[in-house]
Amino acid sequence: MTATLLLVQVLNGLQFGILLFLVAAGLTLVFGVMDFINLAHGVQYMIGAYLGATLAALTGSFWFGLLLALPAALVFGLLLEVLVFRHFYERDHLSQVLATFGVILVLNQGVKAVFGAAPMQMPLPEALSGGVRIMEGLLYPSYRLAILAAGLVTAGLLWFLVERTKLGMLVRAGASNAPMLSALGVDVRRLFMMVFGFGAMLAGFAGAMAAPILSVEPGMGDNLLILAFVVIVIGGIGSIRGAFLAALIVGLVETIGRSMMPDLMRLFLDPSAARQTGAALASMLIYIVMAAILAFRPAGLFPVRT
Amino acid sequence: MGIETKPALARRGILAGGAALLAAPALRAQGAPIKVGLVAVLTGPQAALGTQLRDGWTLGLRHLENRLGGRPVETIVIDDELRPDVAVTKVRAALERDRVDFVVGVVFSNILQAIMRPVTEANTFLISTNAGPSTFAGRGCNPFFFATSYNNDQVHSVMGQAAQDAGYRRVFLLTPNYQAGRDAMAGFKSRFQGQVVDEVYVPLTHVDFSAELARIAALRPDAVFTFMPGGLGVNLVRQYRQAGLQNIPFLSTFTVDEATLPAQGEAALGFFSGANWAPNMENEQNRRFVRDMEAQFNYVPATYAAQSYDTAMLLDSAVRRVGGNLADKNALRQAIAAADFRSVRGAFRFGANQYPVQDFWLCQVVRRPDGRFQTQTVRRVLEANVDPWAGECRMPGRV
Repeated sequence: MTATLLLVQVLNGLQFGILLFLVAAGLTLVFGVMDFINLAHGVQYMIGAYLGATLAALTGSFWFGLLLALPAALVFGLLLEVLVFRHFYERDHLSQVLATFGVILVLNQGVKAVFGAAPMQMPLPEALSGGVRIMEGLLYPSYRLAILAAGLVTAGLLWFLVERTKLGMLVRAGASNAPMLSALGVDVRRLFMMVFGFGAMLAGFAGAMAAPILSVEPGMGDNLLILAFVVIVIGGIGSIRGAFLAALIVGLVETIGRSMMPDLMRLFLDPSAARQTGAALASMLIYIVMAAILAFRPAGLFPVRT
Repeated sequence: MGIETKPALARRGILAGGAALLAAPALRAQGAPIKVGLVAVLTGPQAALGTQLRDGWTLGLRHLENRLGGRPVETIVIDDELRPDVAVTKVRAALERDRVDFVVGVVFSNILQAIMRPVTEANTFLISTNAGPSTFAGRGCNPFFFATSYNNDQVHSVMGQAAQDAGYRRVFLLTPNYQAGRDAMAGFKSRFQGQVVDEVYVPLTHVDFSAELARIAALRPDAVFTFMPGGLGVNLVRQYRQAGLQNIPFLSTFTVDEATLPAQGEAALGFFSGANWAPNMENEQNRRFVRDMEAQFNYVPATYAAQSYDTAMLLDSAVRRVGGNLADKNALRQAIAAADFRSVRGAFRFGANQYPVQDFWLCQVVRRPDGRFQTQTVRRVLEANVDPWAGECRMPGRV
């Protein structure tokens, strides 16, 4: 593998990591602050993609679509909170898993009933439809660079919100001791609802951003959800900083592992076996990394609670 | 097979015989409907394919005024959920409770493999309108099983032949890492004699192809061959175009078709696929089929719909041939094997293993004047092609 190709793969890995971060950030907030396991976070990502694609088609502009998808995803998230999730905050994790899994099934079928089973597409914005030539014969799409930038800005904003504002302080306080915060006169219910809505909006934002490069279809969030859980477990549940770092690690390990593993295996095995075992090993790699990190830091890289 | 030695099945046979006797007077009165179990995946990410399959059958029946060979039809739609255990349970119910006369449909090979024995051991004809695994084309061929689609290997080998014909020397292969993906590579290589510069396997749940695309760009092959069904193909095709690789010919199977083109759109323009049928085929049957599919369901039909439509026409011809009498299985089997109907593909006949012997085409994605996208035949690659497994089939003459 040449140095340029390696560089390109690093860039690919970072970009995939950023996309993962956008999904995982909302998940880690909800899980960390409210101690609520939300398996339906993946379908909220899917809803964001569908909203973005539909609204972009209706308004005829990617930007309007993206802009309108954010409040729509927020409202949708709040609706779910009021209708379903709110009733499960006090219950144990198993009930939460069951309820949110039910939401996955209902929404996956729901979007199929509304939008049809065939995948949809969201067009690239005109201004970002080109690419940057980074190696011979390969364009790096400008839109992917935009995702990178959007992810970095979001990460910065989130850090500022959680670490430097009064609201963020309340959120952190709620995370470490909710009953005490409530006793001090803060409406914890409302706080949780805001956190939840914000998490749903982040997932929706990730979905709408991913829609122009990925296929918008029922169940598109399910696979990403597993990776998002890996990210928040590695990063330390509830930690935005941890989620950011872990998402980049997972993105890089995924991408570089996939491109180098088959070559590595070729040192020991014949070519065709090397390709298959290499591919299989590459998909296991992030779980191996997760196990290794958890062996040394059982609470993740940046544990919030001690 | 030992069918006779199993008392439960023998009993079922007697019951079925009794039922046929009881049904005989009604049959003469033309009152008893033929019951058909239609198996398709209608939920989950691959539901678009099952929907096409179901709609093609529905349109076929509509054109036949809801009759097969003059007898009214009742279709029992079975959603297999792409889960073999679910498919078996539901198909058993259709066989035992609803007493279906035929089981048709099935998009995916793993579902077909699961329901094969329950259906054929009940002496019921199973007609696959899409899945075409090698297992039932060779040694595992069965007198109660017909395929109106193809054998999977044929479609992949079409692209191998097309690459060979085009004079490509260095080709890059990319498929998901599961049985059908490995079969696709083997099928392609069975006819392609040039150099395979790299074979890359990706997980079935893959979404971001940027690492593979960078590899393709670095190797600069003459062409890329891929098999990426459903959403995988949507992601790959769009990212391929966004990465500016469209100058490297894109050869594919089940990756760019009418089920995925609405989401791929312009990104797939000019990309190639191999198929036994395309919407632009010039024959009267096909023109009517495509026109009415679009009018009825508001989408361009894919092979899934075309093959199901053909199956309705096939069964119509077979039931007509036996005069509506479905009790004589040998006569019915001969009537189906005769394939006395006009296919939307033009020429169609069954080989000795009851898989089709047909032409295969190189197809290309085009934009139609009305703005919709479809595949279009470029040239015939294989003529009256018999699948590679037919020779291993020892088909019994009578059942």
